[in-house]
Amino acid sequence: MSIFDKFQQLAAIRQELEKSCDTFFNIVMEEIVSGTEAVINGRPTILAGSNNYLGLSFDSDCIEAACDAVRKEGTGTTGSRMANGTFSGHVALEQELAEFFNRQGAIVFSTGYVANLAMLSTLVGPGEIILLDADCHASIYDGCRLAGAEIHRFRHNDVQDLEKRLRRLEKRNTNVLVVVEGLYSMLGDRAPLADIVAVKEKYGAYLLVDEAHSMGVLGANGRGLAEDVGVEDGVDFVVGTFSKSLGAIGGFCVSNHPELNLVRYASRPYVFTASSSPSVIASTRLALKFLQKRSELRQRLWINANTLYKKLQDLGFTVGPEPSPIVAVKLEDKAEAFALWSGLLEHGVYVNLVLPPATPDGNCLLRSSVSAAHTPEQMARICQAFTAVRELTAVPQAV
Amino acid sequence: MQDYKNILEELYKILLPFVPQGLEIEEETDLVADLGLDSLKVMKIVESVEDSLDISIPLNILPDVRTVKDFAVQIQKLIGDG
Repeated sequence: MSIFDKFQQLAAIRQELEKSCDTFFNIVMEEIVSGTEAVINGRPTILAGSNNYLGLSFDSDCIEAACDAVRKEGTGTTGSRMANGTFSGHVALEQELAEFFNRQGAIVFSTGYVANLAMLSTLVGPGEIILLDADCHASIYDGCRLAGAEIHRFRHNDVQDLEKRLRRLEKRNTNVLVVVEGLYSMLGDRAPLADIVAVKEKYGAYLLVDEAHSMGVLGANGRGLAEDVGVEDGVDFVVGTFSKSLGAIGGFCVSNHPELNLVRYASRPYVFTASSSPSVIASTRLALKFLQKRSELRQRLWINANTLYKKLQDLGFTVGPEPSPIVAVKLEDKAEAFALWSGLLEHGVYVNLVLPPATPDGNCLLRSSVSAAHTPEQMARICQAFTAVRELTAVPQAV
Repeated sequence: MQDYKNILEELYKILLPFVPQGLEIEEETDLVADLGLDSLKVMKIVESVEDSLDISIPLNILPDVRTVKDFAVQIQKLIGDG
């Protein structure tokens, strides 16, 4: 018996999938031309599958800030925030995030995944309860598992189901942390946050909102869904990432609870990770300023989002429930999904293909995401590519 | 208060649509090996049981559930713990 025996099932699935589409497992961005273009399989390709919502990953000022930080402070911190890894930039970014979100405190983490792992595994423990939306991201599930708390799910975006569960758990007389996302990463749908806040307050629960996909995308100032629907005061903890609208890598949590700072000392994912490199912190700080000052980026993003959503709807595809920068096409058949994905690639457009069980409801998803940096010409080419591959599907033509 | 037998009957009812033709469901039926349930189906079944018995089932118990009997025992414990 080998230590690898348990992977045989995965190997068999991969082998089977490779028969349909060997390219899927071998995608390499051979050359990055810009925030929206790369060379894949030797062919110039439009990237319609990144999370570069505001297109800031190639902003010349952000790049310059990162280069300057590398020259002044080196390529890495080589240590934990708890030891030698807290540079002045980390502290400054935390202050700037707290100011941006109008919160008392902020903690910066090395990735968005670590931010969720660190916060969820630390905020609640044995004897306490996490109540999460069923469609929450894997980093949230993993953080919950590490917490040692009881984990309960409620049906995706179903406030009645959430309330039913809060009512059932009320007699337990313990802390309950409700966890939702601002914008869900697979279908781009929003949480019914105003109703969720009302229910969590009725039952005296805490609320953590992951605004990974909604920061920079929603709200008059880009603070996310809570700002957009005017319920920021009802959200206890906001978690977010630097790897989407801010074009880098990293994560954070902001809160008005003064005890947030204590999480640093209790959180193993925070303590036992090297801190973000100076270049990442420098580009993120500048990107955060641009997110606030350059509202035209958000406007352009939404023009592109609405364009693609409408086009795919007009073509008869089954898309997510509402327009958003994440435009997902639902497909029941894997072979059809592979054919469409390959067809788009052949037409010079890369989108993400997501397969069950990573998708809600067991469907395959062709998950496109648009950026403020996509030009009208690129958007037209993405729409043309979808039109061209449309005939490969069994989807009935829209009337 | 639900007794073990009632819980088992309720589980049989909920699991029935997932039972392959020709298989008789019983206490020792293995949810994965015999019924071929994947994680998504397991979650749907958990939701149905929660609604039917008006309880909340923590995901933490699932690693200890292999058979229908295991599931029934865990549910009985949850109801007992109140």
